[in-house]
Amino acid sequence: MAVTEDRLFGKSIKRREDPRFITGRGNYVDDLKLPGMTYAAFVRSPHAHARIKGIDVSQAKAHPGVVAVFTGKDMTGVNSLPCGWDLRKEKNIPGVVQDLAMVPHMPLTSDVARHVGDPVAVVIADSQAAATDAAEKVSVSWEPIPAVTATDKAEKGPKIHDVPTGNVAFKWALGDAAATDAAFKTAGAVTVKKRIVNQRLVANAMEPRACVARYEDATGELTLWVTSQNPHVHRLLMCAFVLGIPEHKVRVIAPDVGGGFGSKIFLYNEEVVCSWASRRIKRPIRWTASRREAYMTDAHGRDHVTDAELALSKEGKILGLRVKTTANLGAYLSTFAPAVPTFLYGTLLNGVYAIGAIHVEVTGVFTNTTAVDAYRGAGRPEACYVLERMVDAGAAALKMDPAELRRKNFIPKFSGAFNTLVAVTYDSGDYAGALDKLMQVFDYKKFRAEQEAARKQGRLLGVGFSTYIEACSIAPSKVVGALGAGAGLYESGTVRVHPTGMVTVYTGSHSHGQGHETTFAQLVADDLGIPMEQVEVIHGDTGQIAFGMGTYGSRSASVGGTAIKMSLNKIKEKGKLIAAHLLEASPKDIEFVKGQFQVKGVPAKSVPFGAVSLTAYVPHNYPEGLEPGLDETSFYDPSNFCFPFGAHACVVEVEPETGKVTVVRYVAVDDVGNVINPMIVDGMVHGGIAQGVGQALWEGAVYDNDSGQLMTGSMMDYAMPKADMLPTYVTDRTVTPTPVNPLGVKGAGETGTIASTPAVVNAVVDALSGLGVDHIDAMPLTAERVWKTIQAAKAGK
Amino acid sequence: MYPASFEYHSPTTLKDALGLMGKHGDEAKLLAGGHSLIPMMKLRLAQPKHLIDLKNVPGLKGVKEDGGNIVIGAMTTWYELESNPIIKSKCAVIGETASIVGDPAVRNLGTIGGSLAHADPAADMPATAIACGFEFVCEGPKGRRTVKVDDWFQGLMSTAVKEDEILVEIRVPALARGVGAAYLKFPHPASRFAIVGVAAVITTDGKGTCSKASVGVTGAGTKAVRAKGVEAGLTGKNLAGAGAIEAAAQKGAEGVDVQADLQGSVEYKAHLCRVFAKRAVEAAVKRAG
Repeated sequence: MAVTEDRLFGKSIKRREDPRFITGRGNYVDDLKLPGMTYAAFVRSPHAHARIKGIDVSQAKAHPGVVAVFTGKDMTGVNSLPCGWDLRKEKNIPGVVQDLAMVPHMPLTSDVARHVGDPVAVVIADSQAAATDAAEKVSVSWEPIPAVTATDKAEKGPKIHDVPTGNVAFKWALGDAAATDAAFKTAGAVTVKKRIVNQRLVANAMEPRACVARYEDATGELTLWVTSQNPHVHRLLMCAFVLGIPEHKVRVIAPDVGGGFGSKIFLYNEEVVCSWASRRIKRPIRWTASRREAYMTDAHGRDHVTDAELALSKEGKILGLRVKTTANLGAYLSTFAPAVPTFLYGTLLNGVYAIGAIHVEVTGVFTNTTAVDAYRGAGRPEACYVLERMVDAGAAALKMDPAELRRKNFIPKFSGAFNTLVAVTYDSGDYAGALDKLMQVFDYKKFRAEQEAARKQGRLLGVGFSTYIEACSIAPSKVVGALGAGAGLYESGTVRVHPTGMVTVYTGSHSHGQGHETTFAQLVADDLGIPMEQVEVIHGDTGQIAFGMGTYGSRSASVGGTAIKMSLNKIKEKGKLIAAHLLEASPKDIEFVKGQFQVKGVPAKSVPFGAVSLTAYVPHNYPEGLEPGLDETSFYDPSNFCFPFGAHACVVEVEPETGKVTVVRYVAVDDVGNVINPMIVDGMVHGGIAQGVGQALWEGAVYDNDSGQLMTGSMMDYAMPKADMLPTYVTDRTVTPTPVNPLGVKGAGETGTIASTPAVVNAVVDALSGLGVDHIDAMPLTAERVWKTIQAAKAGK
Repeated sequence: MYPASFEYHSPTTLKDALGLMGKHGDEAKLLAGGHSLIPMMKLRLAQPKHLIDLKNVPGLKGVKEDGGNIVIGAMTTWYELESNPIIKSKCAVIGETASIVGDPAVRNLGTIGGSLAHADPAADMPATAIACGFEFVCEGPKGRRTVKVDDWFQGLMSTAVKEDEILVEIRVPALARGVGAAYLKFPHPASRFAIVGVAAVITTDGKGTCSKASVGVTGAGTKAVRAKGVEAGLTGKNLAGAGAIEAAAQKGAEGVDVQADLQGSVEYKAHLCRVFAKRAVEAAVKRAG
């Protein structure tokens, strides 16, 4: 057996999944063809808010090729889509000021439509064309009622659900209000207050959501293929909460999935309706979202309106931070919606700084918009944006260099534990180290000289920094349970060694772009000292994998990878027993080195891995009492989150005449702990930066607050970042391994998104600082918004 | 994204195409590339019962010279225009405009005639059509007629082509020596359509004095228009001196019914009209030598 010489852990190995993706041979939900397939088309509300006086489906039913038409009234015995995060005082959830209103979210609404795109009926036909045509023949008698879509108008807007608290979904607070008040009253304190709008975003995964539901009458088994980041969670929620069908009779498969960014974590109406309807019509049903449906119905992200205040000493020490945020949850509570603007947001407001006191209040509101839930970063980008923007505003108020102000306030280098003021404990960090490295790569002094020279020519150059932190490796079950999660957030990993020494890994993590098939194979091959070609990684199938909590929150390597590592340890321990028997040695004298079991220090007395695996399955000469087989499963529940951090710098040029912003340079130094595959991590950082720059400059879901219509419902209107709008990034790393898990990996999936948005906005504000600009309220920084800011500054407003 | 059902026709003569149009009247739509029509059909915003594809009608494609004119077949694609040697040497601004329409996929299928007959208010070529003085040759049951560009764009997605006519070719005078032309736009960050686009064709006497100015503005209003104020401000002026172009460009939004949308208020888009009028004229003057 070939034995790899160098360690695979830490090598930039090309992704083994890419040849099939880039040659069009991926296996996506929409590629699935089943005999007897039918196709679903959903009838959706064209109104933001309307009562349903009646639905006439007779014409649709009569349309050629139509198999069935269902409305909400047909779905008797079906429950609301669940919200998996509770915020209630009686559950002792910390920080609850007003209990979460658990409003119903029926798969097909039958009383009121609460946002544009809310589904009210489904048409199922022999072809997609027939279903789509017939859906136009469903006649709904609408009674439009006033709507509200704007976050800051929600509380006083028309009531969306029949709950006593109106459109206030919950109120929540964290930190020390009294200490924060005191900090702001410190003698000589300089305070800044800013309105910060973190606009609504659409995830825009390349593959739209899709599902195929197949009920087999003969066995009573239901198989659901669905674009999911967490098929076991989909199965659990759908079986136990919505449809009341036995979990062991349901198999959920998430095959190749083309991107998620959070939007494919959640249980959606369409897969529930198709699963239910397949049991009724006893035929498979397929539904694939059009891009327009994706814009209207995929959970949106962000949408906060915040008033933030920062108190600083004259010397530049941050004394206090006070944050009041209104978070738009949309019309319904999506699966993890309440967690995002609370425990994934407030807990990150300490940033990388030693802050005197912090207090944050969050009000979640309902509006007539698509539900808002986790979107790449989920709460952490919003927190980072508030803090990094406020630090720059503070630096401007003190006329201090923004990098210098950051240095003055960094938490000193530590390993093991740093208790923040907002309920979390950081695992390890060297924040000044990341900024030092950034400054080496990015010649700051030289830039300031260039900037000065450019200004003299009437050119507006600016630099923005972001020294960020984020929480990954989500999450210790006990902790999240105490905070209101309805689930544990461990992960499972099975390592099955076949008789020939080939290995199949079954992971509860799900790859929808992350490259797990490569990274995990690399991890396993490295650990067992076998070639990567001998390792196969299976994911995304409840029928094959023990259990899984899935992929989000940058948890796959740290939580999923550790579960695999635990199983590898078990494999090697059992292997030692077998090897000891074969070598006639004591198990405690056996070590595993480079793919073989050997007597400690005596490589000549050894058995290769493949011989041990064969013995495990052909146990003729075998230790007494030991079970045959070499197949181990582990569940890993992390003891803490991991906290990656870093320092990013962005240089922009603003065209004074038009307000157009061009990103000229981007330098990122990230610390994600140990890195299994640097190329894959770089790719995640690159994509993340693009998404964060996209939020800063171009993206934004816009609703018309009068009509409630989604104005940015297509890629012609909603500006996604494109390659020619971005510079070549410079990326670098510092490495501070986490003590939380044995791999020392922290998580890399979201860092770019979290760090880049404030870096870009800070750069634009810096570019305009010569005109007296110290803040811009809202993103994206479209050319017009920047131009208006320039005009106002020139007019002395 | 399934369009409503329709019947597809692929006539092989202009006469057959006109016959199909006569037969199906307003239930029919011409397909001339389809990069505007097909997306609208997939969204079911357009639901024609009959689609008459012009791609197999002979004689509608290509670029040729006819005396001092360039003749462009209506079914000539953007890619053909941007790579055509006659266009390059005789009126390069048309190719330059074509080269920034949409993306390569759009340019490989989208046609100049399809676009100019569709008259999207944010399309690029209408500005260049006005500045260069395009003439539109339409053929109908009663034969051919020619429409001047100033009579072509009549309103939002509305042109002078009659319901029973097909735009068959575009005629444009080749640019003489000493004439400079340029099209510049401020693209929508999502669609890359023009938020504002301005084309300028400037004739100078060799000493910097403008003898003729032709300026078209697209994007900002419901239809592309001629910037008469800018033209008047330039004509007869010496453009070499500082401020002359800038002063003329101040009329860049005159006559434009500027529409506010997500990409800009009326105030901002009118400002962009002035900025891009200045930039396009400056670029054209530079080329005029």
